[in-house]
Amino acid sequence: MSLFDWFANRRKADPLSQDQQEREIADGLWTKCDACGVLAYTKDLQANQMVCLECGHHMRVFSDDRIAQLADPGSWVPLDEGVQPVDPLGFKDRKSYRDRLKEAQKKSGLSDAVQTGLARLDGQPCVLAIMDFRFMGGSMGSVVGEKITRAIEQATRDGVGAIVLCASGGARMQEGMLSLMQMAKISGALDRHREAGYLYIPVLTHPTTGGVTASFAMLGDLILAEPKALIGFAGRRVIEQTLREKLPDNFQTAEYLQQYGFVDAIVPRTQLKRTLAQLLRMHQKPKVDGAIAPQDTPQGTPAALPQG
Amino acid sequence: MCAASRKNQLLDFEKPLVDLEERIERIRQLATENGVDVTDQLQHLEARAAQLREEVYSSLSSVQRLQIARHPRRPSTLDYIQAMSDEWFELHGDRRGGDDPALVGGLATLDGRSVVILGHQKGRDTKDNVLRNFGMASPGGYRKALRLMEHANRFRMPIVTFIDTPGAWAGVEAEQLGQGEAIAYNLQQMFRFEVPILCTVIGEGGSGGALGIGVGDCLMMFEHSVYTVASPEACASILWRDAAKAGQAAAALKITSWDLKELGILDRLLPEPLGGAHKNPLEAARTLKQAILENLSELDRLSPAELRERRYQKFRRIGAFTEVPVAAEG
Repeated sequence: MSLFDWFANRRKADPLSQDQQEREIADGLWTKCDACGVLAYTKDLQANQMVCLECGHHMRVFSDDRIAQLADPGSWVPLDEGVQPVDPLGFKDRKSYRDRLKEAQKKSGLSDAVQTGLARLDGQPCVLAIMDFRFMGGSMGSVVGEKITRAIEQATRDGVGAIVLCASGGARMQEGMLSLMQMAKISGALDRHREAGYLYIPVLTHPTTGGVTASFAMLGDLILAEPKALIGFAGRRVIEQTLREKLPDNFQTAEYLQQYGFVDAIVPRTQLKRTLAQLLRMHQKPKVDGAIAPQDTPQGTPAALPQG
Repeated sequence: MCAASRKNQLLDFEKPLVDLEERIERIRQLATENGVDVTDQLQHLEARAAQLREEVYSSLSSVQRLQIARHPRRPSTLDYIQAMSDEWFELHGDRRGGDDPALVGGLATLDGRSVVILGHQKGRDTKDNVLRNFGMASPGGYRKALRLMEHANRFRMPIVTFIDTPGAWAGVEAEQLGQGEAIAYNLQQMFRFEVPILCTVIGEGGSGGALGIGVGDCLMMFEHSVYTVASPEACASILWRDAAKAGQAAAALKITSWDLKELGILDRLLPEPLGGAHKNPLEAARTLKQAILENLSELDRLSPAELRERRYQKFRRIGAFTEVPVAAEG
């Protein structure tokens, strides 16, 4: 079949019948945008990092997609993959925490709700932590706290910037107070990173709420967010219940937070890698033995000064 | 306070005890009025009451402790400050346009030593609670706390915080003013201060709103206080999809002082007068003051750098996980 025939056949098949549409969505061949409802060929959508080609809506992506989208090919070196969750409280609600963990691990292929690693972004080295909403709503328990803390400590040791992509419903209730204390632990590591003079950028993606918002999500030297991401401290329903009034539609969106001064820039996913790489580059320390010290150059010529 | 309203504030499990105490009192009165000697019977009854009291308070469930922790007559931050300090000078305002009555603080002297004390402030009654927003601080409250802690750090005064909040205030304005940012910034800055920081949960330690003034060198809790990642009510409605399961959630979340001691989060448990701090606030205040002074004399021996390192390591250790070797990539 020639390429022309293929196109011709495809056109004949358009528009897809309802049946076929549903079948192909189920197959994953086509993906329907949650916002505008337009169908897109999944491969095209993936090439556009799951941002709707029609309306620009940012569909959910997970940590593996993020690594592929951000890290230069071959640059990703995972850290602390062996850190595994336990059930310190013997917690059981309608299901046991152990079962919930097993389910989440099976569903996601991850050990817990964050992946951390060394990466290069357009050549810029950094430490990257990516939270994964698939795993129990990206909730923060001991493993998330430990892995992010270690990642930041690694960045401080290596003298590189730390980037955390946040996606979390907040602290993980099944680990009780151990989860809450991870907020403090990570904040402490960030304080040392900051004091050492290195950059930290959280990227707030949909959703970033609760204990994550009240700790490392808001502690960036610079704070970026994805368009329309839900970002907030208290849940919208909680606030609606206490106040008994409807809240504005854009309440707790990235745009709303920027309006109130808590977000530096809203960056579309397709621009995120370039933007992060640019910011890392702009914060590089000037090389001491390079341009700055003319007395070091042979014959004492200030070679690095601009001429004329 | 009249007997009727006192009775209203009784917790369910206290009722048999109070009934017995009232019976003893009636017998005593009748005996005096009629000139009868009932010393033996009274002794017997009083011994029974003491035994009952021991039994009741040594086998409290998590949800019963939660009730004591939230008791309307439980001593508040300002009560403890009044009872403990030689001098007290309250400071106001976050210097950003507000003064949150739900988070109070100021300068105090304890046995002649200057300290900065700050804490969540609940109200005594409904009217007071409306003013104090039930101890739920706004972003301005956390920023006021930070301002006072920075002051303490500058003048080399220890920082003493009292935690007693259902949680940080959840409202539209709180979100607009950056509730998350205000708490987060405190968490970070509290690692930086070079003076001792002592944090005590005096009642209810509710989530991030508690932690926002809770990063220190020593975490103390009164026996019947609770400290929780999410309120048992919220946890029940999320995980059990039924807010009525709050009792189960309270037990599962491990929120009591004993639980937290076991988890390695609590450094020092402060015993309360039998029946709870509200039965004898002055005794509770003495216990608290003594614990604070003892801790300070220990922490005084550390240099600022040692203090900060120790504080970092204290939180660095918290967490429960295992670590398995990772197969090297082929």
